[in-house]
Amino acid sequence: MANMNPVPAAMEFDLARDTLRQLNLHLHRQAAAAGVREVHVRNPDGAHSVACGLDAELDVQIHGHVGYYVAGMNKHASVTVFGNAGPGAAENMMSGRVHVKGFASTAAGASAHGGLLIIDGDASLRCGISLKGGDIVVGGSVGSFSAFMAQAGRIVVCGDAEDALGDSLYEAVIYVRGKVRSLGADARFEPMTDTDRAAVKALLAAAGRSEDPADFRRVASAKSLYHWHADANQEY
Amino acid sequence: MCGIVGLLVKKPELRATLGALMVPMLTGMTERGPDSAGLAVYTAPVSRLQHKLSLYSGSNNVDWSQLLGRISKEFAQQHEIAVHGNQAVLTTSAEADSLVAWLKRHATEVAVLSVGQCIDLYKDVGAPADIARRYRFAELEGTHLIGHTRMATESAVTPAHAHPFTAGRDFCLVHNGSLSNPHLVRKHLEPLGIEFETDNDTEAACRFFEWRLREGDDLERAVERGFSQLDGFFTFLMGTDKEMLIVRDAFACKPAVVAETDDYVAIASEFRSLAHLPDIGHATLFEPKPEEIYSWQI
Repeated sequence: MANMNPVPAAMEFDLARDTLRQLNLHLHRQAAAAGVREVHVRNPDGAHSVACGLDAELDVQIHGHVGYYVAGMNKHASVTVFGNAGPGAAENMMSGRVHVKGFASTAAGASAHGGLLIIDGDASLRCGISLKGGDIVVGGSVGSFSAFMAQAGRIVVCGDAEDALGDSLYEAVIYVRGKVRSLGADARFEPMTDTDRAAVKALLAAAGRSEDPADFRRVASAKSLYHWHADANQEY
Repeated sequence: MCGIVGLLVKKPELRATLGALMVPMLTGMTERGPDSAGLAVYTAPVSRLQHKLSLYSGSNNVDWSQLLGRISKEFAQQHEIAVHGNQAVLTTSAEADSLVAWLKRHATEVAVLSVGQCIDLYKDVGAPADIARRYRFAELEGTHLIGHTRMATESAVTPAHAHPFTAGRDFCLVHNGSLSNPHLVRKHLEPLGIEFETDNDTEAACRFFEWRLREGDDLERAVERGFSQLDGFFTFLMGTDKEMLIVRDAFACKPAVVAETDDYVAIASEFRSLAHLPDIGHATLFEPKPEEIYSWQI
């Protein structure tokens, strides 16, 4: 039997009028049930935790700048920020897609298990710290200590990287196109293989970018910290 | 956690609206600092032979006109006092150091919060919105303002521990973060005759920079020296009679956002304190990079 209910139009929340809790409750409980897939958020004005903890295939479009933890813990949803994001954007994302059109503050994509985080501008320090399987594409540059202790997943940096890139890396891989001020402990440049180039090409395409995969270098773990060396005398 | 805010207006016609623009910035940082708040405003300078002293009486019942009488009896020069509840700005042509020394000895019911030719300073415990109302921040006029909301993490919640801290003339500093070696800094400064008023870590930074300024450094050089002398986390926002300066430590743990237009430079820990500013949609927005010094002249 055909569904006789028309699909509702996109919903809109205005955080100058509606509370953040109203928005997030709606996104958590009612949006999917009501069949509304597209939700627009106006006047976020730097609010924290906008569109946090989503668990449905929603398309949330945020028109303005947001504060801490936008789209944190995201699962399935696509969240787009037409502005800048504060610290911890898409932290602990499980799946889905988060796209920051401006710049992102510290710890973007921290600990993300899955999904794709796209930052068109720069990402600040500690981008992708403790990454656990998510993918991050940064159109600009990343700050110091990015990918610190990243365990799995891939980070594509179209610009430069500041100090200590990939410090204490595990199995995550970084592809960087610009200058790297310094690598962190146990991180090293490795030759790009066809598999790496294909991975970069696919991630750039997913992020809607046109850089040439041939311009990227691979940074991965030398794995010298994987095992305890009594002789190293705590100097690495 | 604390909140810092700074605002410098670039056009003289905007000086009358400085306080009104700032109040939502300060109250926007309430969640980051509900314990106490304060603000330094830089006004047009008093005449060359005068100084301004910001005085604070806290919960002491001070008869300000009687205090003015006692000051006049001791110092023959001209004095004026503008009272805002338990705070007052004393404008005087007396020699400032002598007057401050006299106040510390003979008027212990008041604390001297700042000394200079441009700076007025207000700080107190309580919610930022209450403090803004108490001292009518919305009516303040001037070239630039440095403000702070404090969530205490390392020393007591008292008016003296509230920011901004001042030292010397027309210098103030607010801090988001915590220093790990304030006692060492203090140990270096005290033998030079530099006196401390609290056990607060931020005061050590404030007095360190002011000492360097007196030794002939400009503020940027003083801050560069600070990188090797001050250990810990910091976003420092500082004011002098001529400039506003922000710097973050190498790890940039403590946030800051700068918005700049043709009319103003506004700084806050978070964008939500900047969102109300006029023409913010066209402002250049950026986060200060670690260990990079950004300053703006009036």
